Amino acid sequence: MAVCIAVIAKENYPLYIRSTPTENELKFHYMVHTSLDVVDEKISAMGKALVDQRELYLGLLYPTEDYKVYGYVTNSKVKFVMVVDSSNTALRDNEIRSMFRKLHNSYTDVMCNPFYNPGDRIQSSPGGPYFLCPYPVQVGPTSCVRSSPGGPYSCVRSSPGEPYSLCPIQSRAFDNMVTSMMIQVC
Amino acid sequence: MDASEEPLPPVIYTMENKPIVTCAGDQNLFTSVYPTLSQQLPREPMEWRRSYGRAPKMIHLESNFVQFKEELLPKEGNKALLTFPFLHIYWTECCDTEVYKATVKDDLTKWQNVLKAHSSVDWLIVIVENDAKKKNKTNILPRTSIVDKIRNDFCNKQSDRRSLPLFSRCCSSLRMPWCSTTSWTPSSLSMWSTSGPGVSVPPGALDCWVFLSCLEVLQRIEGCCDRAQIDSNIAHTVGLWSYATEKLKSLGYLCGLVSEKGPNSEDLNRTVDLLAGLGAERPETANTAQSPYKKLKEALSSVEAFEKHYLDLSHATIEMYTSIGRIRSAKFVGKDLAEFYMRKKAPQKAEIYLQGALKNYLAEGWALPITHTRKQLAECQKHLGQIENYLQTSSLLASDHHLTEEERKHFCQEILDFASQPSDNPGHKIVLPMQSFAQLRDLHFDPSNAVVHVGGVLCIEITMYSQMPVPVHVEQIVVNVHFSIEKNSYRKTAEWLTKHKTSNGIINFPPETAPFPVSQNSLPALELYEMFERSPSDNSLNTTGIICRNVHMLLRRQESSSSLEMPSGVALEEGAHLLRCSHVTLEPGANQITFRTQAKEPGTYTLRQLCASVGSVWFVLPHIYPIVQYDVYSQEPQLHVEPLADSLLAGIPQKVKFTVTTGHYTIKNGDSLQLSNAEAMLILCQAESRAMVYSNTREQSSDAALRIQSSDKVTSISLPVAPAYHVIEFELEVLSLPSAPALGGESDMLGMAEPHRKHKDKQKTGHCMVTTDHKVSIDCPWSIYSTVIALTFSVPFRTTHALLSSGTRKYVQVCVQNLSELDFQLSDSYLVDTSDSTDLQLVPLNTQSQQPIYSKQSVFFVWELKWTEEPPPSLHCRFSVGFSPASEEQLSISLKPYTYEFKVENFFTLYNVKAEIFPPSGMEYCRTGSLCSLEVLITRLSDLLEVDKDEALTESDEHFSTKLMYEVVDNSSNWAVCGKSCGVISMPVAARATHRVHMEVMPLFAGYLPLPDVRLFKYLPHHSAHSSQLDADSWIENDSLSVDKHGDDQPDSSSLKSRGSVHSACSSEHKGLPMPRLQALPAGQVFNSSSGTQVLVIPSQDDHVLEVSVT
Repeated sequence: MAVCIAVIAKENYPLYIRSTPTENELKFHYMVHTSLDVVDEKISAMGKALVDQRELYLGLLYPTEDYKVYGYVTNSKVKFVMVVDSSNTALRDNEIRSMFRKLHNSYTDVMCNPFYNPGDRIQSSPGGPYFLCPYPVQVGPTSCVRSSPGGPYSCVRSSPGEPYSLCPIQSRAFDNMVTSMMIQVC
Repeated sequence: MDASEEPLPPVIYTMENKPIVTCAGDQNLFTSVYPTLSQQLPREPMEWRRSYGRAPKMIHLESNFVQFKEELLPKEGNKALLTFPFLHIYWTECCDTEVYKATVKDDLTKWQNVLKAHSSVDWLIVIVENDAKKKNKTNILPRTSIVDKIRNDFCNKQSDRRSLPLFSRCCSSLRMPWCSTTSWTPSSLSMWSTSGPGVSVPPGALDCWVFLSCLEVLQRIEGCCDRAQIDSNIAHTVGLWSYATEKLKSLGYLCGLVSEKGPNSEDLNRTVDLLAGLGAERPETANTAQSPYKKLKEALSSVEAFEKHYLDLSHATIEMYTSIGRIRSAKFVGKDLAEFYMRKKAPQKAEIYLQGALKNYLAEGWALPITHTRKQLAECQKHLGQIENYLQTSSLLASDHHLTEEERKHFCQEILDFASQPSDNPGHKIVLPMQSFAQLRDLHFDPSNAVVHVGGVLCIEITMYSQMPVPVHVEQIVVNVHFSIEKNSYRKTAEWLTKHKTSNGIINFPPETAPFPVSQNSLPALELYEMFERSPSDNSLNTTGIICRNVHMLLRRQESSSSLEMPSGVALEEGAHLLRCSHVTLEPGANQITFRTQAKEPGTYTLRQLCASVGSVWFVLPHIYPIVQYDVYSQEPQLHVEPLADSLLAGIPQKVKFTVTTGHYTIKNGDSLQLSNAEAMLILCQAESRAMVYSNTREQSSDAALRIQSSDKVTSISLPVAPAYHVIEFELEVLSLPSAPALGGESDMLGMAEPHRKHKDKQKTGHCMVTTDHKVSIDCPWSIYSTVIALTFSVPFRTTHALLSSGTRKYVQVCVQNLSELDFQLSDSYLVDTSDSTDLQLVPLNTQSQQPIYSKQSVFFVWELKWTEEPPPSLHCRFSVGFSPASEEQLSISLKPYTYEFKVENFFTLYNVKAEIFPPSGMEYCRTGSLCSLEVLITRLSDLLEVDKDEALTESDEHFSTKLMYEVVDNSSNWAVCGKSCGVISMPVAARATHRVHMEVMPLFAGYLPLPDVRLFKYLPHHSAHSSQLDADSWIENDSLSVDKHGDDQPDSSSLKSRGSVHSACSSEHKGLPMPRLQALPAGQVFNSSSGTQVLVIPSQDDHVLEVSVT
């Protein structure tokens, strides 16, 4: 089980960061931020060879007394950082790698959301802007509202002139995935 | 092999009762490592945690290694100390998964089960890597995979073993190609063994141990590598440096070495315990000047020594991190250092580290670290007494949603407290950026086009979103306005300004993206606009281009964008023009603030800065963007007159709209427009005339009575009282007096009079209406100059006349054509002879007195001319007809009739021409191809008249005669005229004198053929003065005639020459020779009584062989 999962933009600002327990949030923010040093180092050391092999998993970035920090970088240089409790000996490379892959898939879903602007923070707060859907039927968690199967996505803006914002359904799916990784005991 | 049976190696320290450690697995392997193990192990000091609150001790321990046997395990309840095996070790050097699966795993399982059965929990599996063995095999996996497998198979249920991560951290830090793991294994192994789960250590002991091991490892590395190697592998060692620093820091905090007052007695006790636990230094380093052991001991001994060592370590770590580009890590260590300095009450040293870290977090947009570091910085700045910086940071924190409401309120209160302090330097302002205090959201102008005339009132309503957690009372909110006189003066005109309205008068300001790194995505999009600069005079394009309106956003320095902590960049502009709003309480969230201003100087006003003052604290928005402007204009008063319809029609009342734009002029009571009347244009004064008065924006309106007074020369219109920048509109009816300028050349009557023109007329050809311009000069109260206004009226009718004859009876026909779009009613048509000859009578043949004339239609009127005595040679006529628009009801005024004057000359018939064609003798009908005889009878109808007295008249024996030339022409080519077709005759000027001409013609076609034309000319003798003017080029030749149409000064005269006649020859030869002239007789003087007659021609028997011979 991970204690902190972060998605970091190419420009190194956090797109998403969640940790448990929440009272130590700040510590994890510092930890993840500092780990970017190693991520940068690994990416630059990786060079062409690993890019060609499509190895996205960066492995253990560095251990601390209580935690191990793992890294993963997508082809678009979005970074995933996961902090795992050191006492959890069950989580080894393969497990971590597969967790990152799951996370990557979930993140890809977020990117596929037509209402998500790449570079925006992935928000999942229930107070976030919601769409006023003109259609009575809501579709499942991976898509926004369509008027007919295969038809174009249609959603209204939260207020006229406002930009389209992230569909909350989509980010909730991502959030749920992160939650499952945090509570999952191997 | 039993370990106990082994010959014991030399013992350094003897222990009488050694703890028993059992060995299972590969005994050969164990035997090979045993000598090293038994020697090295006692040298490693280990911590002895003692119960009952006694301080732990560092001890050296020897072990009695024995071979594992189940019998050695204690029975239930038996805890005999001397025979108790404390630790069970399994040794293997397996590196092949197959072998592991086949044998080792089973063996391990058996061993584990035995241990479990005897509730022994302290065990260790050691895998020894053998490089030589590894190389021989191809299918071997990395050592870690066997370790992983063993861990997976046997370590799952193990609870937290604290030493394990420590161990692995050391391993990971030391994964260096040049440093073999075996070189440090023994000491680590011993440490690891001692810290089992049941062992308790005093607080800090573990930190001491980590610190020492880190430094020891680093020292060993330093010992075996040269400087260059170390430098190139900082990335691998810096972790240990950092770790050591971290541990020393926590030891310092633990032992009270980082407090201002120094350690208290409890801290001292703790320190003494820790130092005691360290034990004695190992002999191999005891004599060296520098060792990790000495370092630690010294560091813990005094506040000063700790500070020195801690700073040394921290700086070394920061330097190393920085040198390999791990900036974030360096900043993080720096932040620890800042914390240390703050604890040591040295905020001046802490500041730089906090600023550095904050800048890094801001640049990368990490909200929580930003908030946290800012809080630390705020404290630091407060201690340093950096008031501006502290207030700035406080305002940022007060608006920070990552803080609790209480914390935000605290920082807000800090600002308010400072602001309310009586300043020792009154007038001194603390200028802070507004962004964190409140944000400008939108702005709305009233009037919405942001254009106001001089003296007008402009309202600007802004929405400010307060970021503060509590309501804040603001003494004043000020907008600094920049005034510029618009260079392009044409822009200032009211027309331009009203045309170029902003959409709805609302300007939205993009919300400032809070701490967000500068990235490609967050850069604002280019705002490109087309730019056209036109010449103010003729609106032609001077320059064109594209301008980027947000260039200052795109090109700003990146550093400055993130240095929000520095308030020094904000400068308060001093300007003469300010919009002010006093005593406003800004509630958290959106607030509406309204500024009202009265426009003064004309020009463009740009809103530059927005400031809010709270006591001596001024929050300033240095640039308002997007650019917000309003315009103040001054306008000259203007009078505009234009027809209400597309064009004005003459003769009927037409409405004309007067628009007075007052501009800066105020219309006072008694101001009037003085219209000097045009001669032929009337201004119709109606009893009830009203004017509308609008404000310039057309929002308000009122109406007022209009007083119009007319005298012969002047019409005076009293304007209603109106303030400046208003518009007065009213309508007046004008009437252009109808007149009919006759159309030259279009009449089919020759010799008609020149049209009577009263005005300057513009006449267009075709069926366009004749127009008349009337110029009206208007005196306006605001100007000493008269305004001249030209109104163009179109005459709705076109009139033509014609003289008709029937023998000697004469008729005048007048055709009135309606060219306008309107229908009219015509009435009371008259034709009068203006020369007033009593003898002449004009008898109307028109029956209806009322007659409609529809749009684009014509109406004809006919009068018969009657006289009793000799008719006058010419007749001056005036046609008049009353008209009124057919659609309109009763008109207020009686309209003047439409008149048309013309002159008819030589209208009396002098000659009657009669032509007849007879079939050849003996034939009943004419036949094609056969000659017929044409007889022309020319009869004089009157005695000598005035008109006959010309050059051709000859007198002999009291008889008068004149010379005429006849000509037979058949333009339709129905007839071939045989022989001479023309001739000159001498015609006696006496009534009933007759001349008969006979000639032969041949019909060329069958059917009812019209007779050939017989033309009659007056044959004038040679006139030398005239002939000399003849020009060879003007002679036009046809097959029989050359006609000189020299018509400029004598339009009615013609020279005709017959080629076959005696007069004719080559024209060029006759140039300058005396020649007779021909003059066509006016149409009214000749009546062709046989015109319209037709002769039946029947076809000949054989058309095919028709021979035509013309001689």
